[in-house]
Amino acid sequence: MNKITLIVVCLLFSSIAFAQDLVNDPLGSVQWDDMYAAFLKGHPAIFDEKVIVSAPDYAEDPMNVPISVDATHLNGVKAMVIFADFNPIPLIARYYPTKAKATLSFRFKIQQASPVRVAVLADDDTWHVGGVWVNSAGGGCTVASTGRLVGDWADYLGDTYGKRWSKANSNRVRFLIHHPMDTGLVTGIPDFYIEELKFTNADGEDLAHIELYEPINENPVLSFDFMGNNLASTIMMVGEDNNGNEFEAEFLK
Amino acid sequence: MNFLKKVMFALSLVLLTSITVNAADFDYQLKPLKVADSTYVFVGKTEDFSFENGGNIVNTGFIVTSEGVVVIDTGPSLRYGKQMKAAIKLVTDKPINRVLLTHHHPDHFLGNQAFKNNSILALSSTISNIKNEGAGFTDNLYLMVGDWMRGTDVLEPTGVVKPGTVDIGGHQLEILSYSGHTSGDMAILDHKTGVLFSGDLIFHKRTLTTPHADIDKWLSTIDALEQLSFKVLVPGHGSISHDKLPLTEMKDYLVWLDSTFKEAAGNGLSMMDAMKIALPNRFSSNAMLKQEYTRSVIHLYSLYENNVFKRVN
Repeated sequence: MNKITLIVVCLLFSSIAFAQDLVNDPLGSVQWDDMYAAFLKGHPAIFDEKVIVSAPDYAEDPMNVPISVDATHLNGVKAMVIFADFNPIPLIARYYPTKAKATLSFRFKIQQASPVRVAVLADDDTWHVGGVWVNSAGGGCTVASTGRLVGDWADYLGDTYGKRWSKANSNRVRFLIHHPMDTGLVTGIPDFYIEELKFTNADGEDLAHIELYEPINENPVLSFDFMGNNLASTIMMVGEDNNGNEFEAEFLK
Repeated sequence: MNFLKKVMFALSLVLLTSITVNAADFDYQLKPLKVADSTYVFVGKTEDFSFENGGNIVNTGFIVTSEGVVVIDTGPSLRYGKQMKAAIKLVTDKPINRVLLTHHHPDHFLGNQAFKNNSILALSSTISNIKNEGAGFTDNLYLMVGDWMRGTDVLEPTGVVKPGTVDIGGHQLEILSYSGHTSGDMAILDHKTGVLFSGDLIFHKRTLTTPHADIDKWLSTIDALEQLSFKVLVPGHGSISHDKLPLTEMKDYLVWLDSTFKEAAGNGLSMMDAMKIALPNRFSSNAMLKQEYTRSVIHLYSLYENNVFKRVN
């Protein structure tokens, strides 16, 4: 509860502090100005159809809403910020594809109908923003995770299952990490979520890293497309949650 | 706002509300369709739940026997159940003998309250599914169809029905216990009339739904249904059939769904990638194809991913 209040207060405050003329939001959300102030300030933002965001119109399962981003039509992508305007915790992930393609797929929790957006910082130091509306009957963020309800989450914490597809023009890694990803919005269950995953090649060279936030689904399933020049190398992943648990995995070629 | 404006505002609100209510009237327009001797079906629309249809997207039915009326499924709401009962009264004076529920999905049992003085029977798996999920289903339907649901609450079945044949007023009703659409799917074969009530094991010209589906079990169940001899097939959704073609079409789609998901997961496709797969033309005459395919990706695709993923730590 404190957390929601804090976020709301922050958003209100920031909207006053950084009020500026922004281009009209194609998704028509009253929250856009606040979202810009909270997550994107520092660079100008434009709405850009080159950022292709795919998500279903309706959240059949508000605990597991799939989303895919394709920003490969932009040059020199440095960062992506994914957020849902009307989620109690809007920020979903920040992705830095150093030596990876500007694509990303994962699943997240949605609390009510909301614009879901991806802002992509390209080589022009401008946020290119794409997004879609996802309708929902509601309840994704304030429902306890299955692992909590069953009570066995600790038995599997950090267990990772995945696969790599390395072909001439595709170097994809997909995996599932067992983690309850508790939002902290369910009474009596503090927030508990994976904060960061980093990917390197066998020489320790940074390929990409991603910061995850509370709205990522329980037992996250993520897909990354790395550049072809690391096809031959094993891809290593290390990660950490907000309680200090460390995770690691290896994706052989 | 000055006083006059306040009054005008209040009046316009009242007017608006009454127009909305009158337009809907909450009348499901249930008309029994006679499908065989003493056997009737209320055929629902082949749509998704909406404010417009009030959740009348399901086929329910009844059999008039000399020992009373056997009701098969009670529809999506208390209002539906009551209107169904009234429509039955126009066909026969006989009392309700019992209610049989084919499975635990909300469009099939949320009319139970209208039959609260009758014995309402279901498979034991259906009863435990209703206990576990009934309340959630009800909340969800309130959100999807609104005031049509007024007064609707979960009324659990009063007893378990065991598989086997029972004679009710000269109708030898065979209770068949299957699974696949859910973990407990009842079909009812009336040996007197040759009518098979398949519940949602069969959708006809309406794309099947998979929130609790197990494709392998569903396929075996359809194989078993093919062995039955029936003259009239009453599917859970879609039009009445007089042949086994709907069974073949169901198998075709289920096999396609299974192999498509298997191939997609094997090729590293994400859920959104899988949703964008082109759907074969041969399924295009089935209502709700795109919507139900999309939902099926959400319901089932992670199982296929898990079969592809191997431990990497």
